[in-house]
Amino acid sequence: MRKIDKIKQYVFPYLLILPSMVGIGLFVVYPIIKVIILSFYSTNMINPAKTKYVGFENYIKMFNKVMFKKAMVNTSIYTLVMIVVVLALSLLLAVWLGQKSSRINYICQMAVFLPHIISIVSVALIFVQMMEPNFGLFNSILVALNLPTSRWLQSSDTALMSVLLVSIWKSVGYYTLIFIAALQSVPRDIYEAAELDNAGKFKTFYKITLPMISPQIFFVVIVLTIGSFKVIETIRLMTNGGPNNATTSLVFYIYREVFNNTDIGKGAAAGVVLMVIVGIMTVLYFSSLSKRVHYR
Amino acid sequence: MYGVSQNIKNTANIILKILVVAIFAFPFLWVISVSLQTDAEVNTFPATIIPKTPQFNNYVRAWQAGPFLTYFKNSVVIIVAIITIQMLIMIPAAYAFAMYDFKLKNILFSLVLIAFMVPTQVTFVPVYLMMGEWGLLRTLWPQILPFMTNAFGIFLLRQYFMQVPEELIEAARLDNASELKIVYKLMIPMAKPALATIILFSFVSHWNEYFWPLIMTNTTDVRPLTVGIAALKSTEGFVNWNTIMAGNMFLIAPILIVYVFCSRFIIKAFSYSGIK
Repeated sequence: MRKIDKIKQYVFPYLLILPSMVGIGLFVVYPIIKVIILSFYSTNMINPAKTKYVGFENYIKMFNKVMFKKAMVNTSIYTLVMIVVVLALSLLLAVWLGQKSSRINYICQMAVFLPHIISIVSVALIFVQMMEPNFGLFNSILVALNLPTSRWLQSSDTALMSVLLVSIWKSVGYYTLIFIAALQSVPRDIYEAAELDNAGKFKTFYKITLPMISPQIFFVVIVLTIGSFKVIETIRLMTNGGPNNATTSLVFYIYREVFNNTDIGKGAAAGVVLMVIVGIMTVLYFSSLSKRVHYR
Repeated sequence: MYGVSQNIKNTANIILKILVVAIFAFPFLWVISVSLQTDAEVNTFPATIIPKTPQFNNYVRAWQAGPFLTYFKNSVVIIVAIITIQMLIMIPAAYAFAMYDFKLKNILFSLVLIAFMVPTQVTFVPVYLMMGEWGLLRTLWPQILPFMTNAFGIFLLRQYFMQVPEELIEAARLDNASELKIVYKLMIPMAKPALATIILFSFVSHWNEYFWPLIMTNTTDVRPLTVGIAALKSTEGFVNWNTIMAGNMFLIAPILIVYVFCSRFIIKAFSYSGIK
């Protein structure tokens, strides 16, 4: 009896986590390995017997493709703009709306956050309609204000910026909330000390607030980078990568290769590129968590 | 003098805040306006702000433009199934990670954290091929199974479980309570806020999910509402924006209603998700 009890004790925790590990194994670990394998093969979907190992051919061909290069450039611009603008806007909004808890501030927070929980499908449809060049609301307003109108999503010069406008509008509220929570965790007495020293508002912000919430700022930069590199839905819904590949992103490129060209090898190779970027960000994130530095 | 400039400052502050509310809330009022406009009103320039006579018929038109009852049912079935399966898998796992010491604990827990960071955009190609091999592409399973393990949920729940006082658990063990009873009578009631947060996150993210079902469905009978609404854009051909926006309301309204009633809880849940 005793021995059985001991075995039970030993096996029990593994049994409890087994189902969750099956899920992670099948839908995270296996796909990661499989993506890497697929990127070295030329997969034939119709005749699997013709699938063959091609080494780095998929990568070489992919890096030479105009659409891939365009996708990488677009995704990098997108990521950079997202980090700079969303970080600045959400910090500004958090400091402005989070200092005092009043009714109007709460209503503002509620409004700013609302787009974050609405489906990108709804948001994209609304903005495509508002950005319609011929009868859309945006151009109506511009005309009423005697300003030049724009082609918005339909010109390759403005399409990426128009998509970015929507992404910024949709996500700024989430980061604002994170920063508001972060600001509230800064001890009050530090501010009181600064006030006694007659430190100005900006000085207090740079010397106290920013260093104190630097872990959250770092978290937001990482999340924004990963989130931007995996962008697809907004692009698929608003521009379908066009006009003229002006809004093609890395994941949209993968989607195109796999589902339009049935070129799984190149799609997987691009998937590995995405994986490396996300991996670097994840390592940076966890190493910062373990150090937990507040001051730099 | 000081009082006057302070007044101006306050007024400017209020006006700016109203502007902020307008910028973020207006598009949702705009959907309602467009959804009630006539065909002619939608296609005039400059745009119509308020429709002359609200066309409620647009909602009927939108509902009949596709198999929306099926889409709606699919969305609900998928969400209920995901949340149920996640709970059954997540609670024992979080309990084991919080309460037991075992050899591979650290390695397995870092696997959970990695799973939390890996986006579906990395895994979708192999999972799609796998679902095809398993012959599941014409069922709802490809939209349910991949989300069986909620890594974020395990992480959050474990933290709550670890905060349950040791004495309470010891007392329950002395009373000969089974592990199952400890979980259901002690741990789950203590972790209610975490469970509510996890359910809320799952509900919002899977109701809104577009990328995954877009890839995993080839036929209309397994598509959720998001894919159905997005398809309206092509069937209605960029002209009947009133019908498209009426359809869009099917997708927005449930979330909006939940948000209006529990905004405080939702905002709290999301703002603390970023701090660990």
